[in-house]
Amino acid sequence: MNKPKEERVVTSVTGYRRPYFDTQPAYLYPGYRSTVKRSPRRPLVLLPHTLTEVTGPVFGYDDVKPTDSDLTRQHEGEPIGERIVVSGRVLDENSRPVAHALIELWQANAAGRYRHAVDDHDAPLDPNFTGTGRVLTDGEGRYRFVTIKPGAYPWRNHYNAWRPAHLHFSLFGIGLVQRLVTQMYFPGDPLIQYDPMVSSIPEEKARARLVSTFDWEATIPDTALAFRFDIVLRGRDATPMESSRS
Amino acid sequence: MSLLTTSSQTVGPYVRIGFERFAVEDLAPAGVSGERITLSGRITDADGAPMSDGVVEIWQANAHGKYAHPEDAQDKPVEGLFRGFGRSLTDANGGYRFATIKPGRVPGPGGVQQAPHIAVTIFMRGLLKHLITRVYFADDPANAQDPVLNLVPADRRATLIASRSATDKSVFTWNIRLQGPDETVFFDY
Repeated sequence: MNKPKEERVVTSVTGYRRPYFDTQPAYLYPGYRSTVKRSPRRPLVLLPHTLTEVTGPVFGYDDVKPTDSDLTRQHEGEPIGERIVVSGRVLDENSRPVAHALIELWQANAAGRYRHAVDDHDAPLDPNFTGTGRVLTDGEGRYRFVTIKPGAYPWRNHYNAWRPAHLHFSLFGIGLVQRLVTQMYFPGDPLIQYDPMVSSIPEEKARARLVSTFDWEATIPDTALAFRFDIVLRGRDATPMESSRS
Repeated sequence: MSLLTTSSQTVGPYVRIGFERFAVEDLAPAGVSGERITLSGRITDADGAPMSDGVVEIWQANAHGKYAHPEDAQDKPVEGLFRGFGRSLTDANGGYRFATIKPGRVPGPGGVQQAPHIAVTIFMRGLLKHLITRVYFADDPANAQDPVLNLVPADRRATLIASRSATDKSVFTWNIRLQGPDETVFFDY
């Protein structure tokens, strides 16, 4: 407003490191059939991280209700199944907590059925279970859900295909390029080794990080067992990229 | 580097139940300034089949070219009613739609102002990781100098430009082709 007309303010934008490629699946993985006709085949164009990519949607505590993070208390009655606590921390690659990040969760019920019109698996719906939740991480990047352990279910990818029990997680970080959608699995599930979605991740250790760990400390005595799932979003590059505006 | 980014997994076929709470197709309630537009189109696969289980998320600056985000330090007005985030769940015809305002210009690399654009993220069954692309606006003279659009091979740039209706100037159409001869340009982000 009172600035001289010619003044140019330099804004520096610090981008995010690209993930180590073996930790992420490729778009085309024929073992997961739906990738064949939906994966891009032309070369991707390397996107510089500008102000557009380092900013992103901001959510606040007004966006979520306390019952959003307890999937066992969203109806009049209690859902059927094994109650569990799922908690952890959201950090970036530089080990910094990702505070006030929105996490969305969705899942099948204890019988392995989703409350979704296209799920025709012959298993019962539970009138007391919707299977969706939301939470905002706290100042230290911590989150906590209470829910029901989901069931495994068959799918049509190949003969006698079964998905291991899993929870879907969607996360918004600070910047658009930190956005992540993933799935959390349960320790000791024999179906994990046969699952093409897990196998699409090239690196064995990266696959293992999608498997939660049993968390004795977080159990609720006489009420719920607990699993821990820490999530890592991309970290900042060391050097800022300069851009200026007039 | 002490930690590694968690691996991406597909949203799967039941994403609607997880994403519908924050579905936002009308980004600009009354009182938001700027040129009002609609942006819509269809997502199709290699066979041209409509993708009825997709999610399109958008992120954009307001009409002044300012993002509603703490890291946007530009001396430009924020509009409290405009958050800049949209999410549309595709219908049976693969269609998505947004009602919003045309964004202003934001700074880019090397001091070059970017042309008005909207960042687009696509989630779907069959996408093991989401796609990121951008949409620009037909006939905007700034497109020719845009530092990101100029990174795209010239013969493919048209896939990132929404067309404007001849009869209603506020109506923009932009289709997304996942694969095939007219495949949309996607970015390695």
